[in-house]
Amino acid sequence: MRQVAIYGKGGIGKSTTTQNTVAALAEMGKKVTIVGCDPKADSTRLILHSKAQATVMDLARERGTVEDLELEDVLLEGFAGIRCAESGGPEPGVGCAGRGVITAINFLEENGAYTPETDYVFYDVLGDVVCGGFAMPIRENKAQEIYIVTSGEMMAMYAANNIAKGILKYATTGSVRLGGLICNSRKVDKEYELIEELAKRLNTQMIHFLPRDNQVQRAELRKMTVIEYSPEHPQADEYRALGRKIDQNTKMCIPTPLEMDELEELLMAYGIMEE
Amino acid sequence: MSKVDLLKKTVEEVLSVYPEKAQKNRSKHIAIKEDGCATCAVKSNAKSVPGVMTARGCAFAGSKGVVYGPIKDMIHLSHGPVGCGYYSWSTRRNLAEGTIGVDNFVPFQFTSDFQENDIVYGGDKKLERILREIVELFPNAKGISIQSECPVGLIGDDIESVARRLSKELNLPVVPVRCEGFRGISQSLGHHIANDSIRDHLLGKGNQSEPGPYDIGLIGDYNIGGDAWATKKLLEEIGLNVKNIWTGDATLEMIQGGNKVRLNLIHCYRSMNYIAGHMEEAYGVPWMEVNFFGPTKIKESIIKIAERFDQTIQDKAQKVIEKYDALMAKVIETYRPRLEGKKVMLYVGGLRPRHIVGAYEDLGMEVIGTGYEFAHKDDYERTMSYISEGTLIYDDVTGYEFEEFVKHLKPDLIGAGIKEKYVFEKMGLPFRQMHSWDYSGPYHGYEGFPIFARDMDMAINSPVWNLIKKPRKNKDVIL
Repeated sequence: MRQVAIYGKGGIGKSTTTQNTVAALAEMGKKVTIVGCDPKADSTRLILHSKAQATVMDLARERGTVEDLELEDVLLEGFAGIRCAESGGPEPGVGCAGRGVITAINFLEENGAYTPETDYVFYDVLGDVVCGGFAMPIRENKAQEIYIVTSGEMMAMYAANNIAKGILKYATTGSVRLGGLICNSRKVDKEYELIEELAKRLNTQMIHFLPRDNQVQRAELRKMTVIEYSPEHPQADEYRALGRKIDQNTKMCIPTPLEMDELEELLMAYGIMEE
Repeated sequence: MSKVDLLKKTVEEVLSVYPEKAQKNRSKHIAIKEDGCATCAVKSNAKSVPGVMTARGCAFAGSKGVVYGPIKDMIHLSHGPVGCGYYSWSTRRNLAEGTIGVDNFVPFQFTSDFQENDIVYGGDKKLERILREIVELFPNAKGISIQSECPVGLIGDDIESVARRLSKELNLPVVPVRCEGFRGISQSLGHHIANDSIRDHLLGKGNQSEPGPYDIGLIGDYNIGGDAWATKKLLEEIGLNVKNIWTGDATLEMIQGGNKVRLNLIHCYRSMNYIAGHMEEAYGVPWMEVNFFGPTKIKESIIKIAERFDQTIQDKAQKVIEKYDALMAKVIETYRPRLEGKKVMLYVGGLRPRHIVGAYEDLGMEVIGTGYEFAHKDDYERTMSYISEGTLIYDDVTGYEFEEFVKHLKPDLIGAGIKEKYVFEKMGLPFRQMHSWDYSGPYHGYEGFPIFARDMDMAINSPVWNLIKKPRKNKDVIL
């Protein structure tokens, strides 16, 4: 069983990319589980065709404690047998969402959510790793490989670099490794070259460049992945390619995060068009 | 080698087992009182060295355990998981009169018993529910204090707004106290936070009737074993009216009306100086420090207090001193021969490491070492005049250091807390708890001194020490 965590700046398309990639892997016959680690609980909507699923924490609140839950209450099956769980948590500005992630992951593990026949567990984590709770998926030998979703936009790259710093911290004390950057294109100038260079500097690879295509949004509106909504569409093949690359990926590295000025330099070199 | 030099060598030896950094750090917290006191500066109020055994508490202990806990007609809610409240339940012997559950809630333990869900979703709604429930169950409660435990601060619950809203709804003071244990380096910050919350939420409110000419406040007496009662009796005997006690056997009204007195007497300076200073600045109420341990210091204090009032009080004070001088002489006559020359080492909290020295001296005993758990610079400055040359001073002493100092200095009695008690008794040394008076007290005032003398005699001269046989040939066992 491979445990994979997807990180990246908020709004970059982590959940969409994760679900589409997972759908592609499932299509290939892999047994996959998605664990949404975000109080917004929108990591499994495209697989389950609805958002209103019971999250671990919401249900625990309703019943009293997390010990009152049964695994089947929170682990639901969606498209192509993909199993889905959401940690859930408080509305913004209240309580401790990070603790919710910790509690939910512990619950899933302790109650045998990760069966021996599972090939992959994907953790889709809230954009900003604001506290220890959101680093839970990469601690204590949970996810061993991380993919960072980014684009050629400056703030997305800043975020990617910061996440690399977090991975470095846990890589030196554990077995977690960076598997690569996924470029979710925003049609920024020289985006391909820029992210390829960033990946190189981070001691990793750009595992795939996902072109921007409105078919993703069309599918999303129907609460589906592109794989399910329009399997013949070229964008579905992009996700299949990404899924295959992840499946075959052996290049796991300890990242070498950039200093701030180094990152800015890179942006100056690639990110800005000559007048 | 002089006594002081010998002591210095001992200290150096004891500290030599530490790693260099710890040794350097700890050496600044230990001093020997010398003539002129040029080198008596003791570093204090600093973070304990990681890895040592310290007897210190946390901010929650300082607020809930010390300052708020004894206010008897308020309910003090330990807000957070159950442990902090449970393990601080009834740990200080602050006695209170009244009907339990009606106008006295001191023996109770209220906790919001946080669960995982309260952490994840925040505890504010639960807090609201609990506040309502408290008033429903105990309609006589005059007020509620919310004592924050660590998680409340970590998850950023807005207890202030809950307190504000519910105070209005329930029509009684609800005081949010941000005394999360991780704040500060000892219980000392908890005292300060508690003082500030009293200033912001209680003081100057409620019944603000003007004080009579002899109305005074007794601040920083927590009525351990009935201390405040003994002090009150004494002050009343010299004609003063003890309107408020903070916070031993205190009521909410006493706290709110703290500013309506002629004079505030401060016993525990460390835990209450903040609010005393504030009452002086904001309300013009003067304050003075007093000491009610042992006839010598009691007499000094009475004279000093009486000087602040008219001739009637001064005459009465004189009569009281004369009356008790004779009685105290008898006590000393009984116990001094049994205790003369006995050496004492102390390690306590807020005021006793200095205040109680005089009481021992009245019995012919000598304090050869003393130290505080959480004192600041001004406490050590105040200590110097109490102690004689060659006294060892140790701040935030570690378990190891204290044991070693005792082995070297060989005192006849040790006065410290529950954490030290059994260590030293097992070493065959007489011990008295100087936080709680063991199960005894009061020790304050003329009423307390005979009890103090009896207890010290009982500890030192107990026949039990002669019955202990050295269990093994071990030079480290003091017997």
